[in-house]
Amino acid sequence: MNPPSALARSAKRVVMFALAIGLVVVAWELYRNLGPDKGGKVFGWTVLPKANARVMPSVADILGRFADPLGRGGEAMWWFLTKSAWYTLQLAFLGFLIGSLLGIGLAVVMSRLRIFERALMPYLVISQTVPLIALAPLIAGWGGKLSLFGWEWQRWTSVVTMGVFLSFFPVALGTLRGLKSAPAASVELMDSLAAPWRVTLVKLRFPAAVPHMVPALKLGAAGAVIGVIVGEISVGLRGGVGRPIIEFARQFSSDPAKVYTAILAAAVVGLVMAMLVSAFDAFLMRRRPKEAVA
Amino acid sequence: MNPVDAVAGDGAAEEVGATAAADAVVLRGVSKHFNTGRKGTVHALDDVDLTIRRGEFVSLIGPSGCGKSTLLRLIANLIEPTAGEVVVNGKPARQARRDQDYGMAFQQAGLFDWRTVARNVELPLEMKGWDKARRRERSAEMLRMVKLDDFGRHMPWQLSGGMQQRVAIARALASHPPLLLMDEPFGALDEMTREHMQAELLSICASQGTTVVFVTHSIPEAVYLSDRVVVMSARPGRITEIVPIGLGAGRDDATRDRPEFFAGVTAVREALRGVEGMAAMGGVDDR
Amino acid sequence: MSLRLRQVSAAALPPVVFGLLFFGAWEWAVRAFEVEEYFLVPPSKILSTFADNWSLIWESVQVTGANALVGLLLGTALGVAVAFLLMSFRSLDQVITPLSTAVNALPIFVVVSVFSNMYPATSEMPRRLMVAIVIYFVVLVNVARGLRNVQPTHLELMQSYAAGRWAMLRHVRIPNAIPFLFTALKIAAPMAVITAFVSEYFGGAQNGLGSRITASLGGSRKADGWAYVLAACLLGIVFYLISITMEAVATPGGTEHQHRGRSH
Repeated sequence: MNPPSALARSAKRVVMFALAIGLVVVAWELYRNLGPDKGGKVFGWTVLPKANARVMPSVADILGRFADPLGRGGEAMWWFLTKSAWYTLQLAFLGFLIGSLLGIGLAVVMSRLRIFERALMPYLVISQTVPLIALAPLIAGWGGKLSLFGWEWQRWTSVVTMGVFLSFFPVALGTLRGLKSAPAASVELMDSLAAPWRVTLVKLRFPAAVPHMVPALKLGAAGAVIGVIVGEISVGLRGGVGRPIIEFARQFSSDPAKVYTAILAAAVVGLVMAMLVSAFDAFLMRRRPKEAVA
Repeated sequence: MNPVDAVAGDGAAEEVGATAAADAVVLRGVSKHFNTGRKGTVHALDDVDLTIRRGEFVSLIGPSGCGKSTLLRLIANLIEPTAGEVVVNGKPARQARRDQDYGMAFQQAGLFDWRTVARNVELPLEMKGWDKARRRERSAEMLRMVKLDDFGRHMPWQLSGGMQQRVAIARALASHPPLLLMDEPFGALDEMTREHMQAELLSICASQGTTVVFVTHSIPEAVYLSDRVVVMSARPGRITEIVPIGLGAGRDDATRDRPEFFAGVTAVREALRGVEGMAAMGGVDDR
Repeated sequence: MSLRLRQVSAAALPPVVFGLLFFGAWEWAVRAFEVEEYFLVPPSKILSTFADNWSLIWESVQVTGANALVGLLLGTALGVAVAFLLMSFRSLDQVITPLSTAVNALPIFVVVSVFSNMYPATSEMPRRLMVAIVIYFVVLVNVARGLRNVQPTHLELMQSYAAGRWAMLRHVRIPNAIPFLFTALKIAAPMAVITAFVSEYFGGAQNGLGSRITASLGGSRKADGWAYVLAACLLGIVFYLISITMEAVATPGGTEHQHRGRSH
């Protein structure tokens, strides 16, 4: 409500988040030490995961692994993963950017022409219920074989395409809902001022759409990360965090802490993308009442 | 469980209450402060005395923040007073709440979307542990009373706002409590429905002999309904004047044209004008 | 009756026409430009492959479907249980809820690569556990919100009846949370399929839809891959349809009006 409490609130959020992380660490260490070594059976069905030190390294071991070299010799793990995460982040961001712009564009067209909305809406809804990610291996095959207007289709392009694909649909759906959420009274006001469609779009519909678009953009950002990581794995693209996760998982029996470092790197990519959307949100909503955001 | 619950029949609760005290509600030196002891202490109510007789209809009116809703919630024992004593139906307010000696209606009908209309009316009876057959019988009776006999099996969201509010009143009166507490129950209704509901409320309460404490923003509503209008001021919340209304029993649409009605409206308006900062607050509806 | 029929067909016409145009253009483009199979397979060939290989496809649909379903049930049960726990312990809620929201932003499914090493190689548990964890957070956040965000009027009403915690829970909080649970399931059901599917890319038993798609691409039978993709889409749609049917049955009149101050 008033400025100091806003600061206090965000400070509290940080503290709570730190506490939450702490809770996860405690839960991890507890299960590691108290859980069943060989995995737990419930009604003869192996349900609980194994909890011995080979499978669940201590948090300290995992953090320590960042400082060690990648393999026998080579660069330090933290440096390798920072580079990998940065590469994946770039691909994810590019996919998210293109996918969002396309999604927003489609939503504008759909809000303008009812026939498009009626024709496409069911497919947008369905798109949220099917594993679009299934297309990743198929698109992966395009790398190195396809050329468009003299430009060779690269392997990383397949990866970005998956990011585009997974962020496009939620953003289109959320933006359309947002554009249609402008209050009827405000639309009538703009009509009474004989405002052209374009003016109503910019001055009324987009500002009204922001609260709907932000969750959609968050879904889109998460989708882009998923698309890019799975894409990297399907394509076999090196340089990102996708491959290390698979490769390190294979070395699990000899070096269990290793795969966890790669997983944490992937988590950082997801978090950074979410934070970018949050920052964008905070910027757009800086003069709106806080209740409208929540 | 307690003696009042054990006795079936309509007048039983009232008789027990009547032997205990002649007055329905007594407030003695009641204060309510929020954020006590801190920098932003709000004196929502300061040293309020008020006695409401049995069968009386009393309205609380005043600018926003005058504590009229707080006063109602103190009577309902939904909040505890900082100082002073609240006696309801001859008992401490907390005991009266435990015994369900009052029914309450709010600005939102507050019906449960997941229950039929009839089962909404039965809710307070369920809480009292009545058996199913008796609950059914009573809810049918109450729905008849609010002229919604045919809607028992409907879901609340299928009803209009006015009908929902009538269900809420039926629910509040389902256990035939001697006291009805209402917090701007008609505030969200349109003017036509509102006047209609006011007339219905009066006839229902007259037939049951119910005491009513009624919070409102509207001067004509307060005058039309009440035997006495309690005018309050804000910061700190206090009773500034109690205006008696001489309209007598048997009010109808014609009542709104009688000189006594206009006299009452004028008297309440005058009293409110005396309230400092009234104009700035703009809290009272002059309709 | 006929009016209703006309309304339905009027609503269905544009998407059907669009669908026909889209797949028609796809079919035509592949034939006209003799597009190679590694790029696109014509819809007609996908359909015929789907029909020819139905028994094989059905096997892998069952595997992925079972993983999704078991994970969905496990995660829902866990989410509901923890939501009740959080309601009783407010301070815990302040820690868990932001964490659960943050998890939505993470590519959490990569953890399955660890789970695969925690179970025997043939076990389906890693994928089921992965689905359960993803669903758990969705259900937890929504149900906790439903248990908490009750109308103030309802609380005061119950308080005026001197209702205890249990009565409050039974008459107000639980009924209030039910539409939220079904909203969560509507999101969670397709998500369970997607997670079960993606998890198969990270090693473990190779008998589900995801593994089949990857496997069929190694050879030259690209159409098989597309047929499996079609099966995966159908599985997701079936899960979604079941969840919205359940919602319609459990909350007659729709959930929209019951969600006051809903956010998402």
